Amino acid sequence: MIYFDTVSKVYNDGRAPALLDVSFQVAPHEFVSIVGHSGAGKTTLLKMIIAEDRPTSGTVYFESLDVHSIPKVKLPHYRRKIGTVFQDFKLLSHLTAYENIAFAMEANGRSDAEIAENVPEALALVDLEDKAWNFPHELSGGEKQRVAIARAIVNQPDIVVADEPTGNLDPIATYEVVQILRKINDLGTTVIMTTHNKGVIDELGRRVITMDEGRLVRDDESGKYIL
Amino acid sequence: MITATKRIFRSGFIGFWRNAYVSLASIFVMTIALFVIGTTLFVDQLLTASLQNIQSRVDINVYFTTTAPVEQVLDLQTELERLPEVASVTYTSPEEALARYRERNRNEAAAIQALEELDENPLGASLAVRAVETAQYASVARFLDEQEQFASIISFVNFNDNREAIERLTNIINAVESATFLVMMILVVAAVLITFNTIRLAIYTTRDEIKVMRLVGAGNMYIRGPFMLQGVMYGLIAGLLALLILYPMAVWLGPKTDSFFEFDLHAYFVSDFLIVLSVIVGIGVVMGLLSSTLAVARYLRT
Repeated sequence: MIYFDTVSKVYNDGRAPALLDVSFQVAPHEFVSIVGHSGAGKTTLLKMIIAEDRPTSGTVYFESLDVHSIPKVKLPHYRRKIGTVFQDFKLLSHLTAYENIAFAMEANGRSDAEIAENVPEALALVDLEDKAWNFPHELSGGEKQRVAIARAIVNQPDIVVADEPTGNLDPIATYEVVQILRKINDLGTTVIMTTHNKGVIDELGRRVITMDEGRLVRDDESGKYIL
Repeated sequence: MITATKRIFRSGFIGFWRNAYVSLASIFVMTIALFVIGTTLFVDQLLTASLQNIQSRVDINVYFTTTAPVEQVLDLQTELERLPEVASVTYTSPEEALARYRERNRNEAAAIQALEELDENPLGASLAVRAVETAQYASVARFLDEQEQFASIISFVNFNDNREAIERLTNIINAVESATFLVMMILVVAAVLITFNTIRLAIYTTRDEIKVMRLVGAGNMYIRGPFMLQGVMYGLIAGLLALLILYPMAVWLGPKTDSFFEFDLHAYFVSDFLIVLSVIVGIGVVMGLLSSTLAVARYLRT
């Protein structure tokens, strides 16, 4: 469902290319982890999928759609098919946990009835029903990330893209977040996640793509963290 | 569409309320800006009114001899009224002049007594000529000088007595008008810039959140709407607050301006309240809306 065709990204400031001739595809319902050192191009790769950055050459396809041919006004529409999770959570600080999740649905034009039904379900999935009316600053890091995941999945996206979702979390919160992502994947959503965390990779036992200096250097069906 | 509008309104109110400090700061700055604009509006009204007042007091009086025939006086009046510079000519008959004299000297027994001593009315008829602009009195005076067929019946024209005063007044009026216009423009531009900057800063603090909204898939109008609503709310509240400050000021200054400029600020505030209200609140709302729209646009471009 995601297909990278010899994608390169070169910045004009003389740095080494962020991506160099990267080609791979992700099938529906897969759980793919992307590993690599800092600056290996993991985040750039994810930004290509959500059309936040453009490739210098090559093409990124979502199903049969060239992601970077989508006109700017249609981008919000495209992004609603993808749930995104970030290392720094990116919650809206003046909205409660419930409202943060509802915001994604409202922006999507869902009806009030759907929102009233799906938001509590999403909160239940990440086990945060009791924190629904807390503001982000009243939540722990792990709780914030779970809210962010609930927000990412509440619109039932085809795919969830998570950029270092456990990067700021302690081991217990990390474990919880990974379990939730695995649960989402089991429910049928494709998950693409970047990570630094060896424990997470070994525990998952799913497909691992290894990046190094912008190149795709390994692609293992049931990988271990090898660098 | 209705749902979207409803949601934009709700998130506008929520954003306004939960970022209370930012909202308060913006309203405070806008109140001051609108207060400045309101004050310049008052000063402008005050000046215009007092200028009209002064100008209406300047006139040329043509006094006729007691023997002047009424028809000839009225002929001259018609001639004067034909001049484009002349705004109005008022005829005062000898009887009216006498009545006015008696009225004015009601309490002065000696003056009335002196009048009684005379058999006939010592006062002649007169014409009060008012020009459209003060600068035009000179040409009216010149016209009067040139009327030789009336020379015998004109006792005197008082223009030359006032000439210097009239000219000086005209100059002062013009200078004051252009100076106040300049000062007002500077103040208004400063007020608008300060407001714009304050709102820009308020929105700058939420730039990361705007990015998040975009990533979550919110459309541009859906992001912009609440900010525009907040801008309108800032302007509305600040406008009303500015009026709340201006009103007691008008009440306090009313009697003072009335005696000095013959223009009662308080009475003006009350009688033209709808105009004052719509100007102040209107400027506030437009400034708020424009500032927030422009400020958000920056973060929606890429």
